[in-house]
Amino acid sequence: MITVSEKAARHVQKSLAKRGGGIGLRLAVKTSGCSGLAYSLEFVDQPEAEDQLFESNGVTIVIDPKSHVFLDGTELDFVREGLNEGFKFNNPNAKAACGCGESFAV
Amino acid sequence: MALLQIAEPGLSAAPHQHRLAVGIDLGTTNSLVASVISGVTTVMPDEAGKMLLPSVVRYGDEAGAITVGYAAQAEQVTDPRNTIVSVKRFMGRQLADLTASGSTPYELLDTPGMLSLNTRAGAKSPVEVSAEILRALRNRAEASLGGELVGAVITVPAYFDDAQRQATKDAAKLAGLNVLRLLNEPTAAAIAYGLDNASEGTFAIYDLGGGTFDISILKLTRGVFEVLATSGDAALGGDDFDHRIADWMRAEIGLETQTPQDTRLLMALARRAKESLSNAASTVIRGELADGRAFSLELARAQFESMTRDLIGRSLAPVRKALRDAGVTAEDVDGVVMVGGSTRMPQVQEAVAKLFGRAPLNNLNPDEVVALGAAVQANILAGNRGTGDDWLLLDVCPLSLGLETMGGLVEKIIPRNSTIPTARAQEFTTFKDGQTAMAIHVLQGERELVADCRSLARFDLRGIPPMVAGAARIRVTFQIDADGLLSVAAREMISGVEAQIQVKPSYGLSDEQVAGMLMDAFGKADTDMATRMLREAQVDARRLLDATEAALAENGHALLSHDEYARVQQALYALAEALESENDTAALKRVTEGLNAASTTFAERRMDASIRSALAGTLLTELSA
Repeated sequence: MITVSEKAARHVQKSLAKRGGGIGLRLAVKTSGCSGLAYSLEFVDQPEAEDQLFESNGVTIVIDPKSHVFLDGTELDFVREGLNEGFKFNNPNAKAACGCGESFAV
Repeated sequence: MALLQIAEPGLSAAPHQHRLAVGIDLGTTNSLVASVISGVTTVMPDEAGKMLLPSVVRYGDEAGAITVGYAAQAEQVTDPRNTIVSVKRFMGRQLADLTASGSTPYELLDTPGMLSLNTRAGAKSPVEVSAEILRALRNRAEASLGGELVGAVITVPAYFDDAQRQATKDAAKLAGLNVLRLLNEPTAAAIAYGLDNASEGTFAIYDLGGGTFDISILKLTRGVFEVLATSGDAALGGDDFDHRIADWMRAEIGLETQTPQDTRLLMALARRAKESLSNAASTVIRGELADGRAFSLELARAQFESMTRDLIGRSLAPVRKALRDAGVTAEDVDGVVMVGGSTRMPQVQEAVAKLFGRAPLNNLNPDEVVALGAAVQANILAGNRGTGDDWLLLDVCPLSLGLETMGGLVEKIIPRNSTIPTARAQEFTTFKDGQTAMAIHVLQGERELVADCRSLARFDLRGIPPMVAGAARIRVTFQIDADGLLSVAAREMISGVEAQIQVKPSYGLSDEQVAGMLMDAFGKADTDMATRMLREAQVDARRLLDATEAALAENGHALLSHDEYARVQQALYALAEALESENDTAALKRVTEGLNAASTTFAERRMDASIRSALAGTLLTELSA
């Protein structure tokens, strides 16, 4: 189960509308980065056969089964830190995160 | 903590490799910086939410006090000689070039190559002044995007000559910006409107700014824009429209002598009236003069139009000339793009529509359109867009470029089919404690092992300060310029030691050889991956072996009982042996895990011991502080 905060949902909708295409957002986990695993966030034009789909606050979240293991229960949020703003993964599975927050370990 | 942005499918950057790139409109009056963030092209505001940065630099009283933008603009009247406005007009110019162009408040010096301006802080070349503006934009962008920029696309007027373009590049370099490309302003505007998505066509870019007017005729052929003709009027802009309203106000009020405050007030009111007339049929202007006289005037749009009709006429003459020079007629033009805040005036829109017989494109903010187009271009040059998009025909690098890492593996930095010019950076670290040098081996090819790729160059980064393994941060940057020249630079981030090399990667490779190398890589993808996994496991095992051996030698006997010591040593020998003989990745990982498990207690005690020694002699009260 993956959820999207209201604020994040608004930004996703806006990005999708401006992009002019895409059915939703792909959350994934890749093996790299300084703490082992890294998050990625991409637009989706076409889900793959094995993908799982979630609906939260009107946003379709697409996730492959391998990534889902690491991300189950995650909430995607949108935050602002000074001039910088962007998406943040609130992942209950993450046991250690590297200082930069881009990668994590379970 | 870094916040994430949404990437195009398949183009997520690995951690620490975000390819942040911006487009910069380095304007005569105002400058802007824009970027593509989560697929949306946006101009980045400053802390106060302002998009525009006035292109004004002031060299202040205190040593080294330099202000840029609104803060500098505020001092323009009180400190004109040290407050540099419109420096773009001086870029790449010599004093002799300027004789005709009127007076300036500056003390211009005839320095070799390019003139310079004598300020309180000494002689400043236009390049240095522009660099201050670019630095301010760079800081804003890095704060907004949350990271270092890999590069920027900077726009220049289509009529800029080589000296002016080079000066712009130098300014960027001075500001610490990597120029991915200089882009003509009209081309940037056309890109912002997506006109490049058509296969071909002829376009007119009508750019009426605050103080200058430019018209460019562009021709698009197979995705590449060519400037057919440019023309303009360097002394025509929105300010002239303000002057007309101010003159009219003076006549209406019957003002003969005026104080400088009155002049500024009338100009500000005129400007506001002009802006409101873009949306309303008439406007009321109210104000109070320095002598206390209050006034209230009503100005109708029709009146405003008739008092500025000749100004519009002045802009249409260069348009006709540009069309003539380009050898096209107004009917041949497939689209007209409006650039510059002054094109918001309805009478400008109408006159342009009438001349070309079609409604101009105006749904993007005319102040931002150039920066937006530059950002789109920068995003592509930095490699953030899919190859599926049929984009500007650019050269691509045919094979991946990378470097050798521990275990004889190749880490790819620039993937094949990246459009050039491009720049990518990745951070590496040391493998051994106290390692003071690192060999950088530059490789080309798709295979996973060094032995299967083509070696391009080698160089050493020396003088890394001795640190424990993994503490050094070595940033390796691969950059391919527009001519296909690859430069690789390595920089230790803590001490700043640096080394670099240049190579021409495509040199000596025929198309068949490139194709052969590619086929090879596809055919052996499975075995390559398996080998890579094994090599990585070996590197991990070696690292653990080294670390455990060093730890045992340091305080193994002090912290472990005889039995415990023997158990760790046994696991250590088992791993050393497996490392020599084992070719099965999973088996090697199991043995590595074995040593890990055997040494857990030892690691905990070492941790405790080091905490104890760090805390010894510290009072509890000091600790809680």
